[in-house]
Amino acid sequence: MIFDYETLRLIWWALLGALLIGFAITGGFDLGVAILLPFLGKNDTERRVIINSVGATWEGNQVWFVTAGGALFAAWPMAYSVAFSGFYFALLLTLFALFMRPIGFDYRSKLPSQRWRSNWDIALFVGGFVPALIFGVAFGNLLKGVPFYFDEDMRSFYTGSFWALLNPFSLLAGLLSVSMLIMHGAVFLQMKTVDAINLRCKKMVTVFALVTMVLFALAGIWIAYIDGYQITSEILPNAASNPLTKIVTKGLGLWLANYAHCPVLWTVPTLAFIAGSATVLLSKIERPGLAFISSSLTLATVILTAGVSLFPFLIPSSSVMNSSLTVWDASSSMMTLKIMFWVTVVFLPIVIIYTSWVFRVLRGKITQEHIHNNDHSAY
Amino acid sequence: MIAEGVVDLSRWQFAATSLYHFLFVPLTLGLSFLLAIMESTYVMTGKEIYKDMTQFWGKLFGINFALGVTTGLTMEFEFGMNWSYFSHYVGDVFGAPLAIEGLMAFFLESTFVGLFFFGWDKLGKGQHLLITWLVALGSNLSALWILVANGWMQNPVGADFNYETMRMEITSFSSLLFNPAAQVKFVHTVAAGYTTASAFVLAISAYYMLKGRDAAFAQRSYTIAAGFGLAAILSVIVLGDESGYTDGEVQKAKLAAIEAEWHTEAAPASFTAIGIPDQDSMETRYAVKIPWVLGLIGTRSVDEPITGLTEILEKNRLRVRNGMKAYALLHELRQGKRDEATLAEFNRYKTDLGYGLLLKRYTETVVDATDQQIELAAQYSLPRVVPLFWTFRAMVACGFIMLAVFVFAVIASSIRRCRQTWLLKLSLYTLPLPWIACETGWFVAEFGRQPWTIAEVLPTFLSASSLTELDLYLSLAGYLGLYTVFLIIEMFLMLKFIKLGPSSLHKGRYHFEIATGAA
Repeated sequence: MIFDYETLRLIWWALLGALLIGFAITGGFDLGVAILLPFLGKNDTERRVIINSVGATWEGNQVWFVTAGGALFAAWPMAYSVAFSGFYFALLLTLFALFMRPIGFDYRSKLPSQRWRSNWDIALFVGGFVPALIFGVAFGNLLKGVPFYFDEDMRSFYTGSFWALLNPFSLLAGLLSVSMLIMHGAVFLQMKTVDAINLRCKKMVTVFALVTMVLFALAGIWIAYIDGYQITSEILPNAASNPLTKIVTKGLGLWLANYAHCPVLWTVPTLAFIAGSATVLLSKIERPGLAFISSSLTLATVILTAGVSLFPFLIPSSSVMNSSLTVWDASSSMMTLKIMFWVTVVFLPIVIIYTSWVFRVLRGKITQEHIHNNDHSAY
Repeated sequence: MIAEGVVDLSRWQFAATSLYHFLFVPLTLGLSFLLAIMESTYVMTGKEIYKDMTQFWGKLFGINFALGVTTGLTMEFEFGMNWSYFSHYVGDVFGAPLAIEGLMAFFLESTFVGLFFFGWDKLGKGQHLLITWLVALGSNLSALWILVANGWMQNPVGADFNYETMRMEITSFSSLLFNPAAQVKFVHTVAAGYTTASAFVLAISAYYMLKGRDAAFAQRSYTIAAGFGLAAILSVIVLGDESGYTDGEVQKAKLAAIEAEWHTEAAPASFTAIGIPDQDSMETRYAVKIPWVLGLIGTRSVDEPITGLTEILEKNRLRVRNGMKAYALLHELRQGKRDEATLAEFNRYKTDLGYGLLLKRYTETVVDATDQQIELAAQYSLPRVVPLFWTFRAMVACGFIMLAVFVFAVIASSIRRCRQTWLLKLSLYTLPLPWIACETGWFVAEFGRQPWTIAEVLPTFLSASSLTELDLYLSLAGYLGLYTVFLIIEMFLMLKFIKLGPSSLHKGRYHFEIATGAA
């Protein structure tokens, strides 16, 4: 098979999306479960049930995030370098919150003290809530445009501040992210638990699926009233990656331009509403397995909606628009994209196969008896 | 131009977080293999005690693993957050092994580590053993890809500068993968990990024997650690990564700095065992020299010379001048003057472009550098001898002491007399040495590469992000605060479970359970 540069860039846009969606679906329910932990677990045993429902698998799930980061570095190095240095404090906060997870899960139940354990429960909550919020806020800011420019040596300068990231539209995106991950976590917990916790989860699924759809609709309306970006010069999809050779303009509602050109894309946001509603129904009729699938579909389509709206932009620059990073001018060299493509084609299916096997081995409900019987080895 | 304060603080932060990360990594690398060996013995002999050993050392593995994962995440974030120009300039090459590490190794390790802890009742004996081996394989493959990335920073082969994109790009993936610097580093690093884990198990088992507790458990653990540790420390020493120091100019400069080799000696060079090096006068006072040794270990031959710093400096003066030309030509190319003659001239000089960039420290425009600035840049291109000279010797000393301990431990275990108090005490007190060796080893590797992040390609002072000093003070304070708290918690749990010993498994057959009648 011979790919040209243009095709490889499109493939890597899709693969980055796939890795992010993979993280949202797997790592996403871990984050949601951690947010729900203090609210759904009324006593220590219940909290341990909740923690152990994800205890054996969360570590592997988080690697989707690590790999998405690595793929961004390898395939879109300019986007990695601009986003990570520009969003410095947002990422620092995310990182510090994520710190709480490995040690929170592993250390919490190693000592019997209630104070020790409830402190770790707070840490685990923070480790779920903060990243969920900031991932959404980051997407919101991509849609708003990020103030950065390059000098002639291609060094990037971010000219905004941390507080500027917390604008109303981006906060809405952050809440949307939190709400959909809570929904997803609740669906997963419904699948893994019985009795009282199970009932509480069902309520949460309904509430947060509805909140998610309302926030998603709000963001959809709002986006028509913020500036979108557009390349107005000729696009050279096979040229070397130099983001300084194009001309970009912004204008109200331009993020909807892709849908206008290609109306079939409307199915993506529409599917988000259908899948969201299906999640509520399936959860109510006690089919949590199917509800998990439709909840995953909700997450995937919400993320894809953001990606489709932005396309071909990765990070639009709000201050020096021609510096914007797009699919056509911010990628790695053709050779790197090709090597990484083959590595992914070989290894990603293998990862999916063994991950599925692990989930199969660990299938079944986590009960209070299970915690009592494994008091010293369970999380 | 980035303020010097920002660069220094970025370096401090990276050094602190990466050295901290490497407190946990070697134990993960080595303990995962020791667990696999213990569990294999369990599966082959059917003796429960080996299962208990796997589970108890597994508990300690888990406490350590959690912080290894936590602090590893920082590393992935930091390249972009603090070294964004580095990320842009070499992401095309450097990002690939990091992404492959995620896909090929970290997924494997992390997906199966959960089953290692929680799969005992859900899997057959053989299946669980396979899981344990896969965790060990995953963590070691992780090290492979990280060291391919790091090896490329030391000796950047298989890549070329592209003036259109203003960055390095891959030209040969196989050269990147089979980079001699990376290969040697990988073997040296994982073997150091095996040594660390062996010293850890050896010390704690010795502690139980000194306390007269759980003798059968401790003795078996001690024996396995002694054998594995001896093999490991021999690999570390014999495959010491000095043999990788002959490829790449910066590697040569690093070797010369470690050895305080001011001038090229006639081959085979002698080894300066100890002395007081002085960078200004370029000489080593009170040097005790051992003939031949440096030539032998550095080049594995008797006729190849080891280049001295004076000769390297002489070469670099010329390279800085060539680098100036390359930089001027690069500007013309970037301005659109892309005729064949300019391109040919640029290609002639571009291997020295990095040396031209060194001049940015003294003059922003590079092309108008004075003779004095060129001399300063050339001087700046050499690593600083004194810190490297001493840390390297500290590492080597730790290595040889550990070799002696493991030799005694193996002899004592094989004649079934590992109860001698002096040896047990020695085994216990050796515990910090592998960590000292690992940390000083990394210091030598990374400080010895200065002033570059990518040897001869990108200077460190250009690699940092365009942040402010305040940004750096805040993040550095955050890291130091959190990491200190984490270390206290980790040490507290580690010590608690070490003191409890295998009784913490609640199997009803170990010291505290029998003593208190809880069995």
